[in-house]
Amino acid sequence: MSATHPTSLAPTADAALATDRAAIRTKPAGIATAVRDALLAALIMFGLSIPILLLRTEQGETGSLVLRQRWPLVAVCCAIVFAVRLALRLYGIRALPSRKAVRREVVTTSADPAAQSGFRFATIATPLFLGVAVAFPVLIILGKGGLSESRYWIDLGVLMLTYVMLGWGLNIVVGLAGLLDLGYVAFYAVGAYSYALLATTFGLSFWICLPMAGLLAAFWGILLGFPVLRLRGDYLAIVTLAFGEIIRLVLINWVDLTGGGAGISSIPRVTFFGIPFSQDEDGFAARFGLEFDGMHRIIFLYYLILVLALVTNLVTMRLRRLPIGRAWEALREDEIACKSLGINTTNTKLTAFATGAMFGGFAGSFFAVRQGFISPESFNFLESATILAIVVLGGMGSQIGVALAAIAMVGGPEMLRNLGFLKSIFGEGFDPNEYRLLLFGLAMVAMMVWRPRGLISVREPSVALRERKSIAGSFVGEGHG
Amino acid sequence: MRHDTDPVLEVEHLTMRFGGLVAVDDLSFRCGRGDITALIGPNGAGKTTVFNCITGFYRPTEGMMSLHGQNGTHLLERLPGHSIIWRAKVARTFQNIRLFSGMTVLENLLVAQHNALMIASGFSLFGILGLSRYTRAERAAIERAVFWLERTGLVDRADDPAGDLPYGAQRRLEIARAMCTEPVLLCLDEPAAGLNPRESLELNDLLLGIRQEQGTSLVLIEHDMSVVMEISDHVVVLDYGIKIADGTPAEIQSDPRVIAAYLGVEDEEVAQVEAEVGAL
Repeated sequence: MSATHPTSLAPTADAALATDRAAIRTKPAGIATAVRDALLAALIMFGLSIPILLLRTEQGETGSLVLRQRWPLVAVCCAIVFAVRLALRLYGIRALPSRKAVRREVVTTSADPAAQSGFRFATIATPLFLGVAVAFPVLIILGKGGLSESRYWIDLGVLMLTYVMLGWGLNIVVGLAGLLDLGYVAFYAVGAYSYALLATTFGLSFWICLPMAGLLAAFWGILLGFPVLRLRGDYLAIVTLAFGEIIRLVLINWVDLTGGGAGISSIPRVTFFGIPFSQDEDGFAARFGLEFDGMHRIIFLYYLILVLALVTNLVTMRLRRLPIGRAWEALREDEIACKSLGINTTNTKLTAFATGAMFGGFAGSFFAVRQGFISPESFNFLESATILAIVVLGGMGSQIGVALAAIAMVGGPEMLRNLGFLKSIFGEGFDPNEYRLLLFGLAMVAMMVWRPRGLISVREPSVALRERKSIAGSFVGEGHG
Repeated sequence: MRHDTDPVLEVEHLTMRFGGLVAVDDLSFRCGRGDITALIGPNGAGKTTVFNCITGFYRPTEGMMSLHGQNGTHLLERLPGHSIIWRAKVARTFQNIRLFSGMTVLENLLVAQHNALMIASGFSLFGILGLSRYTRAERAAIERAVFWLERTGLVDRADDPAGDLPYGAQRRLEIARAMCTEPVLLCLDEPAAGLNPRESLELNDLLLGIRQEQGTSLVLIEHDMSVVMEISDHVVVLDYGIKIADGTPAEIQSDPRVIAAYLGVEDEEVAQVEAEVGAL
């Protein structure tokens, strides 16, 4: 009896099945059957299009609504469905199942080369990205030929890095410890409001408030952690989602403290370690003998968030190699086995929650100091979803993957703003901005089809005896909450 | 007998009820220090439930389980689940292998030494700062892991993901991982399940070696009688949560109640056996 791991057996069987199916489907379909099938599809399309396409309400001359019937549109759509279905039936369908069979085979046999290429990619990409990130403002200023001209790009860079940092923070909770957290934005909000309130009420400087905001967020992380530790999977996700909403609703309704929906404005700006970025004589520009420019502050903010993000990354990488990080990953792989090895799973989960929340809090106080104004609007569920999407898209647990995903998720939609040339194809009325989310959704679906475990799905081991080999994503657990 | 004079584990009047179901009913037995004790019985007899009680996964409804280790006696039913391994030093393996399949073989063995490493890393504080105290502790932990990898013949696969190992190797790795916690008592839940005869023999050697070299006492649940009869010093037989026999392998083999529990009896003997086991 050969001892085979079940996962390596199952896909092969699947592949064989798919090949069988392909063999069945590739039997030449008669033209008559194809036409009948296409007619059926067109009929279904016709049925569906009556309520959706055919009738349109419009304002009549008297101002009342009238129904306009659009038969030509329905005819065109049905014809398209008929033609496409016929073509698929006659030629196209052969390609689909056979491609499927080949693809599955690749997945089963080439897990190792894929892992190796991902690993090589990470080793080259890390210094490259770091270099680009450090030189980014300089490159942009040189390219754009001026400080104020490059404002848009540096602002975009700051935004991207904020999400990189948030993604890395959430990656500790979701990617390493495998706890699905849908309310991460709550800690972002705690950090932002901590800074805003401490600075406006007590006049504390950013550099004192930053660690305090992190600690407060970590505290709230532990507070959330305690009741939800027993929950797993979907239940944990729901409770964290609720926590995120609770924080937001408290911020809206506790008007005395937070200013309610109006938010907190005139939050003190960031200073260069005590020297304000102002036009005064003791301002940053005057002290360093520069001509005053508002962009100095923006560039400083860029480097500030870069440092914060890198600190997040360094601490996470370090923690991964420490027993606590290994325990997080072990928790993601198998919680029961962890218990049997004497790991206190409660404390381990709490530390993951608290560490993730702390970085969220840092990012939050950066957000407040950058904006100068915060309101509960900025901390809605969509933010949590975006950050979670960044982690999932990047490949859970992969630092470089999360960074890439953050850049794609934040930068991608911004890039669409600049697709003016599409107007020459689709006419003057075409506004790519309106299709941003649509294109974005399509890109996400495509991602999940081709790389279902994220951009970088391989896991790098935290320790090696002889040779460091990457672990194919198919072995790595996704966590059970 | 060692289990009477120098027991490492004493289970007294252990009862575990799940609602109306009595999985283990007033079970008492002892495991001798340095003995290999086998817990056998037909499917559903409550063997794994006993294991789950000993290792803290279940809190027993009634009963007392005392472990006499090097650092005094521990009442297992009072310890929280995760301290059973750390304080009382009782390790276990699982019937359906539970490895961290996405982590390397070496990482699996390091996770097993979590608590000791956690203290050495000053609960991560020294570790984050990269102090040498933690580096030394980690090196020692890797050495111990390598010792067990060599012992189980897995050292060549140390950097491979645990999920990539063949089945027999995964079983051995689980034992190595449990041994990395330096247990006084090691509970093995069907360690020979799914192994071929040759792997079974190797497992026997490994278990005997562990007992001899480390002085670890072993309790094992096993259906493979070639393993049970070959290596165990003491056999406890369960049926429907009740202990029906307790003795040396030779005594167990000829015990009519055990034979009845496993094979059933002739129709005409049913009443007699029922009277003997007190089932009526």
